[in-house]
Amino acid sequence: MIDPIVVFVLLLGAATPILFAALGELVAERAGVLNLGVEGMMIGGALAGFAVANVTGSTALGFVAAAVAGMALSLIFAALTQYLMSNQVATGLALALFGLGLTAMFGKPYEGLKAPSMMAGPLGLNLMIWLGLIMVPVTWWFLMRSRAGLILRAVGENHDAAHGLGYPVRRVRIGAIAFGGAMAGLGGAYISIATVLQWTEGMTAGAGWIALAIVVFAQWNPWGALAGAWLFGGVTVLQLRLQAAGVALPVQLLSMAPYLATIIVLVAISARQKFGRSGGGATPGSLGQPFHALR
Amino acid sequence: MTDIFRAEGLGKTYPGVRANDDISLSVGAGEIHALLGENGAGKSTLVKMIYGLVRPDEGHMQLSGQPHAPHDPRAARASGVAMVFQHFSLFDALTVAENIALGMENPPPRAELSRRIAELSQSYGLPLNPARRVVTLSAGERQRVEILRCLLQNPRLLIMDEPTSVLTPQEAEILFATLRQLAEAGTAILYISHKLEEIRTHCDRATILRHGKVVGTVDPRAHSARELAAMMVGAEMKLVDRSGRSPGEVVLDVRALSTHAAHEGVALKNIALTLRKGEILGIGGVAGNGQDELLAALSGEIASAPGTVTLSGADLSTLGPDPRRAAGLLSAPEDRLGHAAVPQFSLTENTLLTAGGRQDIVKGGLVDNTAARRFAEAVIKAFDVRTPGPGTAAGALSGGNLQKFVIGREVLGNPRVLVVNQPTWGVDAGAAASIRQALLDLAAKGAGVIVISQDLDELLELSDRFCALNNGRLSDPRPTEGLTLDEIGLMLGGAHGMEVGHVPA
Repeated sequence: MIDPIVVFVLLLGAATPILFAALGELVAERAGVLNLGVEGMMIGGALAGFAVANVTGSTALGFVAAAVAGMALSLIFAALTQYLMSNQVATGLALALFGLGLTAMFGKPYEGLKAPSMMAGPLGLNLMIWLGLIMVPVTWWFLMRSRAGLILRAVGENHDAAHGLGYPVRRVRIGAIAFGGAMAGLGGAYISIATVLQWTEGMTAGAGWIALAIVVFAQWNPWGALAGAWLFGGVTVLQLRLQAAGVALPVQLLSMAPYLATIIVLVAISARQKFGRSGGGATPGSLGQPFHALR
Repeated sequence: MTDIFRAEGLGKTYPGVRANDDISLSVGAGEIHALLGENGAGKSTLVKMIYGLVRPDEGHMQLSGQPHAPHDPRAARASGVAMVFQHFSLFDALTVAENIALGMENPPPRAELSRRIAELSQSYGLPLNPARRVVTLSAGERQRVEILRCLLQNPRLLIMDEPTSVLTPQEAEILFATLRQLAEAGTAILYISHKLEEIRTHCDRATILRHGKVVGTVDPRAHSARELAAMMVGAEMKLVDRSGRSPGEVVLDVRALSTHAAHEGVALKNIALTLRKGEILGIGGVAGNGQDELLAALSGEIASAPGTVTLSGADLSTLGPDPRRAAGLLSAPEDRLGHAAVPQFSLTENTLLTAGGRQDIVKGGLVDNTAARRFAEAVIKAFDVRTPGPGTAAGALSGGNLQKFVIGREVLGNPRVLVVNQPTWGVDAGAAASIRQALLDLAAKGAGVIVISQDLDELLELSDRFCALNNGRLSDPRPTEGLTLDEIGLMLGGAHGMEVGHVPA
């Protein structure tokens, strides 16, 4: 039978990569930047983290390297969109493809190797799960309570007004993009170092896209991102368990489940916005728009 | 009077434009100093330099005797300059308190800030709830947020960029009471406006700009509005000519028109109006009381129940915009960019949007480009639209010129009824006068015209009868003759829950 506690522990693990990536993207989008390259930054982090962990034997160093790699990839995006004014959607898609291709090339030597094992933390959960959970209130507090978070939200809500008040729109956005990159890198490395324990080409398997969807699902609220990550982590774990338990459902249908759930939730949210209650909506006002300062 | 702010020989050149040329002016403590000029006269550039958004190419400024050369708005705020923007610089999704905190250098903790907002808004008679999100506020309340944001910094120089364009007369009175109270406390106020009457009533001195240069600094009370306008424009203003019109038979009949509120809009409630040939009906109201919805219901963007909109006996209620246009009911919405015109399209292409059928530009599903260009050229010529040519993108025109084009496109379409919303919003005095004259001429030729506007002077100048739109309800029409601004203000619903500011002891 399926033990709820076991399922919950597995769920926490399955949710962690998307939670990291979603929190990072959430901050970037709150600053008005739509970075669709989450998948590329995650896979970059997955390879860099795995490689460094494998060579040094330290998973901690691996995660540091993953954050750096994710951030480096995101800074390419930042330079293109913030200085060269390229289109955010196209650049983000390109970054996703770029990350997948780049890691496929450099990842060859690491195929078939094994990752060093993670140290267990309190309650038998590893430290990265704990860090992910801690990042939820930290991100919330930063966005909703700190001065810097207020400025970040202001930049995302109305960049012209923020510029008019003298806030450095571009610098704030670059910072948010870099944070998003580092978080995506950590999420990716969690997959290679803590979940799969090896490197495979394209191993993030769409987690970055799910993270993007979760940001909308969360209505740009960190607690919502946690709920979303748990929901999708839960569906993933459940479908694996159901398969293992030999439930007579086609495997394909079960593997589809998390993605179907994503679509259903997104439709429900936009339907709610269209037909009623929520006034104003939570979408940052300047999301995805390029900012040109006149001097 | 001691000078708080002084500018000498300021100049700024943008590629191809000399925006400011040798500008000198001074604003004294306790003075409300008006800055007058047409659009493009250089007012915005000047205040942007004072506020640190733009750096002057030459000249220098002084604030309280100290050199003033802010490199960004935060530096300007730190030295005591505050500014209320024409287009609100507020963040819709954030609360009042958060918006105010963003405008301060070192905001106090949240609770303390909320307390100070409440305190200050009480002492100036500008009630505001710090916890409300800005998106839920009316235009007047939004402006209070901007003003409070400035007041909390105890500015030495307060710049106000066209603050009364969105206010009812009563709200404007409260604003001026607040400004007077501030001035008496020693603040220097630089006040930008097109509205000559309010400048004559409330300002101590006026500096007039034209083509980036100072024309002169005068006492506005010693000059008539016409003289001030003449200084702004550089020529005598033509008075609008209202003659030659006589109301004929009823051409548009609207009865029991109600709509549902869509997307946070206002529902129209049982609207009834009749419009005669040759008549101009003015509809006033504070923004967000159903103006956009009324225009949409008349233009056909929102269909209504059968029998509610009748044009010369033909029921148009359930028809969309195109058949209504074919029947002679034309309209020009408020939003020039995006609603009335496609910014990326050329003027020629933009004529197709509404005049395609009426001008034989679209035949058998094909576009006659020559005819479209000829019509665009006709509009440009008849309405003095300043543009290199009909191939120019609509978005590249200045607001006033695009507005002339949009109105001209409909006027030349020989409408039986023309509905316009905010025909002269953000348009300089010269262009506004020619748009108003075109509407009067159209009515003189026998068309019925409905002018929806927030500019009451404009409505009084143009319309034969006046109605007020308040929360989706239309008042009974009153003849404009003999109607005073006070009466109109009350028809508009007064000052929307504001108390008149009282001077603290």
